[in-house]
This record gives sequence, C-alpha cells and structure tokens, in this order.
Amino acid sequence: MGGGIVQGPKLDWHGKDIISIRDLSREHIEDVLYHAQQIRPDPSLLQGRVMASLFFEPSTRTQLSFATAMQRLGGRVIGFSGTEGTSIAKGESLQDTVRTVEKYADIIVMRHPVEGSARLVADTVSIPVINAGDGANQHPTQTLMDLFTIKKFHQRLDDLNIGFVGDLKYGRTVHSLAIALTRFRKIQLRLISPANLRMPPSVLQELTGTVSYSETDQLDLSDLDVVYVTRIQKERFPDIEEYEKVKGAYVITPKVCEMLKPNAILLHPLPRVDEIVPEVDALPQAKYFDQVQNGVPVRMALLKLLLLGA
Amino acid sequence: MSNGELKVSKIRNGTVIDHITAGMAPAVLKILGIDQGCPDTVIVAMNVRSQRLGLKDMVKVENRVLEAETVKKIAIVAPHATVNIIKDFAVVQKIPVELPHELIGIVRCANRNCITNVERVASYFVVESREPLRLRCHYCETLIEGPYASVLLL
Repeated sequence: MGGGIVQGPKLDWHGKDIISIRDLSREHIEDVLYHAQQIRPDPSLLQGRVMASLFFEPSTRTQLSFATAMQRLGGRVIGFSGTEGTSIAKGESLQDTVRTVEKYADIIVMRHPVEGSARLVADTVSIPVINAGDGANQHPTQTLMDLFTIKKFHQRLDDLNIGFVGDLKYGRTVHSLAIALTRFRKIQLRLISPANLRMPPSVLQELTGTVSYSETDQLDLSDLDVVYVTRIQKERFPDIEEYEKVKGAYVITPKVCEMLKPNAILLHPLPRVDEIVPEVDALPQAKYFDQVQNGVPVRMALLKLLLLGA
Repeated sequence: MSNGELKVSKIRNGTVIDHITAGMAPAVLKILGIDQGCPDTVIVAMNVRSQRLGLKDMVKVENRVLEAETVKKIAIVAPHATVNIIKDFAVVQKIPVELPHELIGIVRCANRNCITNVERVASYFVVESREPLRLRCHYCETLIEGPYASVLLL
C-alpha cells in the first residue's frame, strides 16, 4: 500500500444494504476503502455469524471471494450455486426464498440473472443484503474493488485521466465505475470503443459535474493514469467478419503498451479472453491480478461494516 | 363559432380535463378507458389556442369522476393539465395534476428482464425529473424518458 487511505468521518452502516453504486456517497466509498486497507484476517471478528451465499447463477471469482472474506473473519457460509434441486426450481418466488433464508442467516450475498432482483430482496428482508450482480444492472463490490485498486496505486481518486477500452455499451463494470467516479473531482474519461459499442446516452447523461469525457475509436492510451479494458463479445455483432475486424483493433499488446505512462495501471474485470495478450502480464503496468486479489479485503470490509455497523 | 372563438358545449355533470399538451388528447382518452363502448357524452377538442400553452387539447366526459390513480397517469402524458369536476354546469372541485415523487403500479418497466416483469411485483418508478420527464425504475434502474412513458402506462 502506498500513501495510505485516511479515515474520514465515522459512518453508521447499521441497516444498510449494498445494492447499487448509485446509493453510495463519496464518504461511504472512502469509508469502505479505508476499512479494506486496515482489515486483517481475524477469526474472532464475525465468529458465530452466518452469510447466505445465494448464487442463482454461478460465478467463480465473486462467490469464492465472498466465501474467503467471510471465513477469514471467522464467519460461516451457507448457500447454493445454481438453482438445480432447490425450491426455486420447483417454482418458489424469490421473495419467499429469501424470507426463509433470513431466518437462517445474518447477511445475504446474492447473484441473480434478473435485473432489480437484489433491490427487491433488500426491500423484502430485514437483514443486510449485498448485491453480487443482478443481471446486466449492478455489481457494486466490483466497482469498489476497482476504486480500491486505483487508490492503492495512485494514492488518490481525484484528478485522474482514465481510459475505458472495449465494450462500453453492455459492460456493466464500466457503467458503474463511471458513475462512481462522478463522486470525485477532476476526472477525465477517454471512452475508447467501436462505434456500435459506445457508452449508452443514459450513462453519459449522468457524467456531470467534475467528470468530463471524450469518445474515440482510436486505441490511444497516452497520458492515461488508468486503462480499464473490457472484453468485446462476439454475440454483440450481427456478422462475424465485422467482429473479427473490430476485435483486432482493441487488443492490448506489449507494443500498444509502449504508449503507456510508466506509472499507468492496466485493469480488467476478468475473465479476459484475448483482449490483453499474456505477454502483457509481465509488464509493470499490468495490475489486473492485483485488482482481483483486492476483492477479498474489500468484501471483508463490507461484511464487517454491515454486520457490526462500523 | 362567433368572433373567432371556439365554442364547446358545457357538460351538466362529469369531468373537464383542460390544458392537455397539444396532441395528447388520444392518450388521455386511452387512460380514461374511453372507446366505442362508452355510453356517455365525450367532447374532445384538439389544437385549441391557449394563452398558457400556445396550443392545447381538452377532454370533457359526462358522468365521470376521476380516481387519484387516473390523475397520476394523466400527469405523465399531460403535466400541465387541469382537472375540473362539474356538477349542474358549475365547477365544484379542481384536482391538481402533479406527478408524485414515486409511481407505483402506474408504468410498466421497459426492461423485459426487470424483476417487475418476471415476478409478481408492482412496478415502482422514482420521478427524477418532471420536465423533461425522467423516470428511473427503483429495481433495475432503467431510465424511461419523455413520451415513451405514455406507451408503458399500465
């Protein structure tokens, strides 16, 4: 950790859920990052607490990272991954499922393929809920770990030049991160994508105040402090030739990285396929595996804050 | 018609919806559920000169008093409308047409994969802006803007 993250005003997290990055103020984000930096494994901290891990669709990294976070703080994990053999497969409503789960657990972590499901669950139960992804909508803990990674390497979240590369239309990680960055000052976004995968107008409309942005289809990474790469998916294109042509224009190679500043950081929400070639992994700017590792302290901090209140 | 003024018959009992955004009278009729099966007198005026709006539409319906939910729907398609309840040819009540901060069960979410279109959950929108109209789904955060909302009325 570089310059460190200073604690801001003490916030009360009692009764709070983590559903959408839109719910989090700058103070809330900074409080999570501060606790993520401070937290260490402590098997007594959440001893006796139970986390229900409800993964209606499987997710390797997010599920394992939440389970690891809970266990490092001494808590236990119950739950399922996929709905085969559960009461949901028999047609039980989501609300009935979680009303049952809240009798067993102290906190719910849920991934669900339907947008808005996490908010519905949070409105239904009285225990805290963390959204681990609701369809194409929100995945706020991913955004918090992205911000934690940026803060860790640049010691600041203000005054940054940030480039988003790839699929900016469907990629929820870049939408959430862009919205989160509106909480900070002097952010310049360079939105690098093919014309058919540009950031949706509904997101651009929210980039007001201290965030300014420019759009381009040129893979120009010069002068950026952060480069956030996302995967361009084949199914987004009507014909395969167009996909192949476009995909090739946004591949990060060691040659492309020559235009990076020495202290720039290269991030990716993972899994990557071929948008960053493996030879880039050895470059000092490649930080995507640090980013994924940061998922555990960020989630430990959230579990602690929501279950203990501060 | 005299002196260039528009004459529209008065109604004895019922509701007058005035100052409807020009062109939106058909949408108001749809909200009121008025079709060929309606037994009562309905007077529709479109593109009438208005000092406030330039042009406006107007709908008069006999023997009908609007419910609060219906007024909320009218506010979506015609934010400047005024609703007057008529008894014996006189205005006895003026109902303000104003969009509330939240709309529950009024507008369907445009996102087919929203939980409100998948499970039995009432739609729930937060009014982010009245003019231009911007509604955000409380659940899936989909943004619905402008006249598109009128297509999604439940």
